Formats: sequence, C-alpha cells, structure tokens
Amino acid sequence: MRGGDALARASPARLRRLPGMRSHSSPGSPGEVPPVQVTGLVKRYGAKIAVDGLDLTVRAGTVTAVLGPNGAGKTTTLETCEGYRRPDDGTVRVLGLDPIADAAALRPRIGVMLQSGGVYSGARAEEMLRHTAGLHAHPVDVALLVERLGLGSCGRTPYRRLSGGQQQRLALAMAVVGRPELVFLDEPTAGLDPQARRATWDLVREMRADGVACVLTTHSMEEAEELSDDVAIIDGGRVIAQGSPEELRRDGAENTLRFSGRPGLDLASLLKALPSDTAAAELTPGAYRITGKINPQLLATVTSWCAQHGVMPDRIAVEQHTLEDVFLELTGRELRA
Amino acid sequence: MTATGNTTAGTFAPRPGPAPVGRMILAQAALETRMLLRNGEQLLLTAVIPTLLLVLFASVDIVDTGSGAAVDFLTPGVLALAVMSTAFTGQAIATGFERRYGVLKRLAVSPMPRWALMTAKTASVLAVEVLQVTLLASVALALGWSPAAWGTAGILAVALLIVAGTAAFSGLGLLMAGTLKAEVTLAAANLVFVLLLVGGGVVVPLEKFPGPVQGVLELLPVAALSGGLRDVLQHGGGLPGSEIAILFAWAVAGLAAAARWFRWE
Repeated sequence: MRGGDALARASPARLRRLPGMRSHSSPGSPGEVPPVQVTGLVKRYGAKIAVDGLDLTVRAGTVTAVLGPNGAGKTTTLETCEGYRRPDDGTVRVLGLDPIADAAALRPRIGVMLQSGGVYSGARAEEMLRHTAGLHAHPVDVALLVERLGLGSCGRTPYRRLSGGQQQRLALAMAVVGRPELVFLDEPTAGLDPQARRATWDLVREMRADGVACVLTTHSMEEAEELSDDVAIIDGGRVIAQGSPEELRRDGAENTLRFSGRPGLDLASLLKALPSDTAAAELTPGAYRITGKINPQLLATVTSWCAQHGVMPDRIAVEQHTLEDVFLELTGRELRA
Repeated sequence: MTATGNTTAGTFAPRPGPAPVGRMILAQAALETRMLLRNGEQLLLTAVIPTLLLVLFASVDIVDTGSGAAVDFLTPGVLALAVMSTAFTGQAIATGFERRYGVLKRLAVSPMPRWALMTAKTASVLAVEVLQVTLLASVALALGWSPAAWGTAGILAVALLIVAGTAAFSGLGLLMAGTLKAEVTLAAANLVFVLLLVGGGVVVPLEKFPGPVQGVLELLPVAALSGGLRDVLQHGGGLPGSEIAILFAWAVAGLAAAARWFRWE
C-alpha cells in the first residue's frame, strides 16, 4: 500500500488530472463540453519552443489560474486559445470550437483582456467601453460596470492619461461587457492597488456565480488561492502541476509535522514506519519535526507509533505550506535569466 | 439566472452575441473619425497645412502657376494633397500606432469581422475627406476660385478621382503601417508627404521639372490625382482616363501588397 503510494509520488505528473477526471464538485454536468480543452499543445517561435506538449482543461463555471515563471508559456497558451496563434501541434478547443477555423462563431462568445494596451490612445475610458459594448447584442449595463470598477472619475479621461491601474480596469471591463461565456484575463491585477484588486476579484467571483468560466494568468499566489477553483502551474511550456489550491498545497510540497515528547525518541524506528521520502529530526531535546508529504495516513502512523512507544505527542501541529512554497519548490528558487 | 433579491444577481449571466454588422461598422467609423478629429497633429496635416498652402500660394506669387488665376491651378492640387494627407499619411500614422498599442489586436477578438473593420476605416477616411473638400472648396471660393466643371458630370468625375485616389493612398498607407514600426511609419509618412507635396504637382507645376524627371513624377499617385482633378476642375475636361488608370494601378498594387504583408501585431 505504502509502496504503491511512494511509486505514485515519484513523478510530478501524478498531479496532472486527466481530462474529464474530477476530484471535487463541478457545477458543469459531466457530459458538457469543457470551456477550454487543450491537448498536447506545441508552439514554437523559430527555434525556441514556447509551449511543449501542454494539456489544460477548464471546467464549466469555474475559475482556473495559470501560474508560472515569466516565459513559461502562459500568454502563448492563452493567445492560442484566443485564436491569435496557430498551434504547431496538438489540439485546442474553446467552447468546443477551433479558435482559428471557427473564429467568427467563437469571438462573440469569449471576452479577452490582453496583458496591456488594446485601446486608442485618444479614446476616453467610458467612450471606449461604450463602443465595445455596442459591438455586442446584449451587453452589460455600461454605467453599472463603470461604477463597479471605479471608472466613473476617469470616464472622460483619454486612455493615454489614465493610470496603469485605470487602464487595467478598463481592459477588464471591455473583456466582460459583452456577456461572454468564457473570459481570458492575462494578468488582470498586475499593478493594481489593493482596493482595485479586491474589486477585480469580486467581479470575477460574481461572474463565476453567474456561470461564466474564467481563465486567468497571475504571478500572485494570493490571487490564485483567493480566486481559483483550479490552478495549473506551467513551467518550460508544460503543466507541471494541476489541482485545486488545497490539493496543491497538500500534495505539491513538503509539509511539516511538529510535536513535542520525551527527549531521545528512536527516530530511526519511527522512520521505518513512514514513507521513504519522509525525514525526521529532534531539533532541540524533546522537540521533533517530521518533513514530507503530511497526509492523514502519515499522521495516523505517527500517533500510533507514539502510542506503541508510550509517548504523548504534545503540541502536535501540521504546518501547511503556502501555494508560493509549492510554486517555488516546483519551479525552482533561482532567478531566471 | 433567477432573481434572488440581490439586484446584481445575473448581471453577467452569459448572453453572448454580435451586434448587427451595420451597427458595428457605423459605430467603428464614427469612433475612428472622432479619434482623427480629436488629434491635433492629424488636424494640422489634414486641415491646417492644406488651407495655409492654398491661402499662401494663391495670395503671394511664389511659384509661377502658368496662365490663369493661381487659385484655379492650386485648388485641385490642394484637394489632392488633402486626400493624400488623410488616406495615406494620417491613416498610416494612426494605423501604425493602433497596431503598436494593441488596438488592432484587441479588435481582432471582438465580434466585428475584419472586413467590417476595414470598411469602417474606409468610411471614416471618406467622411474626413468630405469635411476637407467642404473646407478647402469654401476657402478657395472665397479666394476667387471658379471651377470649370460644375455640372453633374464634373462632380461625378471629381468624386471618382477622389475615390480612386483614396484607394491608392489607403493601400500604400496600410502597407507602411502594417510592416514598419510605428515610429518609422510616423517619420516616413511625413517625409513622403513633404516630398510629394513638392514633387507631386500639388503647388509646383510638373512642367517646372526637367523632361525625364517629369515623366516619372507623373506616375506618382498624388500627381495623377492632382493632374486629373486639374483636367476636370481647371480645364473642364471629362473623366481623365490615364490618371484614373494610374490611380487604379497603385490601388491594386498597394492593397494587394498590404493584404499580403500587413501584420496585425
């Protein structure tokens, strides 16, 4: 049993959920077409491979955060889904459609927020939002969006004179104003102040509650934890881990179990009872630390070992790592060129 | 989505769909025209410079414009310059920066088809040209301009020349905007504007140039347009075939090249 576990843990691929497999509840019905289904996507720019066999499935009515270091392939993946780039290999289906061949049918159904720009430098904020709304059949009330995203005070300001945060909020408003089924948000909160970031999060949550699926890229682990149902960590053009933030925190990185007890416990004997990738140490006399994949089985093993050895594990505590720890562990801590 | 008492419930419930395409084109053309009219540098190019040239050269005897009133020679040339300033220079610069700032990229994923965007851009250029022709014709009339052709046939010939010129200049402007960096387009489009202002028969008669040079210059789109407009408005001729042919050739070549090499980002 444990041997099988250890085997399954040997490869980070264990975290990748197979398309269609669901480990937690989904608002979408099982037979439904997933809003985004990317299989084996490869995209090269000249000799450089930007995306290298990437699989990604977004479930209906959920928020998926795509995390990864700069240059990991996040924007390329999004832009392939949006129809800007032609895959060199693999298939991309968005709302069941081919983003390039079926572009005309797909475009009205998706909302897109680019990483930057997208607005005439001389256009006023509200003018541009109204114009974008006018390209859709049943847009969201513009006044409501202006108010929700705090664009009222700068509604008559030309785009080039808006602050970076105001430009971001306008781009977000333009992405959602057409009542899309699916939105792609490329770093929606980059450069936003905390208030604007909260307003953006509230908007995304409300859209999810209304049944809109959302794919967003971010460098903020806090944002991924706060907002997303699923997280896909991309590195080197591949998904190296995928799951809910809880699953990733639990499985993706080493966690720590601490307890106090009688000094000088036989840790070698304890380790024999634990999976092979677990470590144990007595930090100060009577203060023990176990590092590894801390799960209920491990906790039960530790406490029963303590029971067998007449040890009362005081102050027993599991320290869960943050998503940022998981991210850094998976993608490395070195600064990349 | 059912109402739950919360007034905002269901605000974003998906209800996608494109607006009617005619409405999209009208809105896009109106927006692009507003952008043009709001841009000081563009107005300088499309309204102030042609008007100043007309007034200056008609009132001060700088260039020998041949027999007849100077304004009768100048007005067709300045009208050709106005068409070039909007369809070529202005459109190249505006489109270059739209490309640079991701406007075209963002519009490409909007529900508006690409052909509708191009139609709107053309409509916007034509709308600005109507304003330019109105302005310049009024100034010219005030300066004593007496057009030779004033009937339906004359107006039709002028309209056809302007449309052909617009197509020729648009192709070249879009080719430049879609292949060069925005800053390069800005510099090059202005340079071309100045060169063609001098060497395109706008204010300086082509006869002032040596014979072989003149033969080459006559093939330039602005020379063909100013020459054609002069044939009709100054000399009262019918539709000038060779000038129309030159403009048509430029239009086909320019638009085909733009369609082939234009990069949206």
